[in-house]
Amino acid sequence: MNDLINIFVNSVFVGNILLAYFLGMCSFVAVSKNIDTAIGLGFAVVFVLSVTTPVNWLIYHFLLAPGALAWAGLPDMDLSYLKLITFIVVIATIVQVIEMLIDRFSSALYAALGVFLPLIAVNCAILGAALFMVERNYTFIESTVYGFGSGVGWMLAIVSMAAIRIKLRYANTPKGLEGYGITMIVTGLMAMAFMLFSGITL
Amino acid sequence: MKITKSKTYKTFTNPIWGNNPISIQMLGICSSLAVTVQLKTAVVMSLSLAFVVAFSSMIISLIRNHIPRNIRILAELAVIATLVILADEFLRAYFYDISKQLSVFVGLIITNCIVMGRAEAFALSNPPHLAFVDGLGNGAGYGSVLITVAFIRELLGSGKLFGFKVIPESMYAAGYEDTGFMLLAPAAFIIIGLLVWLQKSIVRD
Repeated sequence: MNDLINIFVNSVFVGNILLAYFLGMCSFVAVSKNIDTAIGLGFAVVFVLSVTTPVNWLIYHFLLAPGALAWAGLPDMDLSYLKLITFIVVIATIVQVIEMLIDRFSSALYAALGVFLPLIAVNCAILGAALFMVERNYTFIESTVYGFGSGVGWMLAIVSMAAIRIKLRYANTPKGLEGYGITMIVTGLMAMAFMLFSGITL
Repeated sequence: MKITKSKTYKTFTNPIWGNNPISIQMLGICSSLAVTVQLKTAVVMSLSLAFVVAFSSMIISLIRNHIPRNIRILAELAVIATLVILADEFLRAYFYDISKQLSVFVGLIITNCIVMGRAEAFALSNPPHLAFVDGLGNGAGYGSVLITVAFIRELLGSGKLFGFKVIPESMYAAGYEDTGFMLLAPAAFIIIGLLVWLQKSIVRD
């Protein structure tokens, strides 16, 4: 249990998928202009990550990993080189399903997220979490917690960024630094603040 | 016709400076930050991305008239993923150390917005040779930012370039210290922010 809490806290704060591993930057910069859209996209990412990471774990460990096909009588088979293409197809499919569900049940959210929903499929954070889960040899439960935690961390980062950008509208930013440039610098400062969490173990 | 006026030349040079994918279009930032602690990984990453974006643009452009519109994203992803697997397996076979350092970031070229963006915005509506050149140009634009950032971070952060000490021992003896901050994540964000500021100020004039 302690392990799980540790993985969760670590993925939200210390190893924040956006601030420490730079994943999901594109939609982060584009969507953080508006706080409502940021919250909506944040929830979508939390949801997609907590679904796709365990699904990809199952697929990797029962179909792709070296020796995973032993149950089918093929103990020497190693399909792990197919993991990139398999993961991305799984993610694209799940995102498509979620898009249809949101369209059906919440047209306001659907209108707000607009073009960004399909973009979750190519959000590096989703594929990144799946690849990190393989690289770090997480178990099924651990990778579920890790997926959820990364999503929460990403959401935390984008929502606080959106809040900071509202304040920035009244700031007197030098020309040329407005928008993109200042966003990157503020993200850097946020990353610095998040680094203070390192060293926390439970 | 002079070579600098031809369409091919413009397609190549435009994304390197005036329309740079990272600093102007804000695409593909994800991977650009994580691999820039050392010049070596930055160079390898740039080459891999240039390879993937050039060939994926060319292949998608070749088959652009046969892709049905509503499944085009899936078709594009299949082409891109195949090329990324090739690059990943190649690095793992011949440059195992670097491939370990790059960890998941070569795989993440699949979701790099530059590759998808060029496929959607350029390759689907242009002939193969132009799409290939456009891909190369974007790869070079991406690489130039990556290498600049890596140069600054490695030089200031560990006093090395490509792993060789360039700051003389006498400097250290005189009290100079490496800025450890440069090796951490926040430094990458701040350097990119400052580079964007610099470039936007120059481009506008």
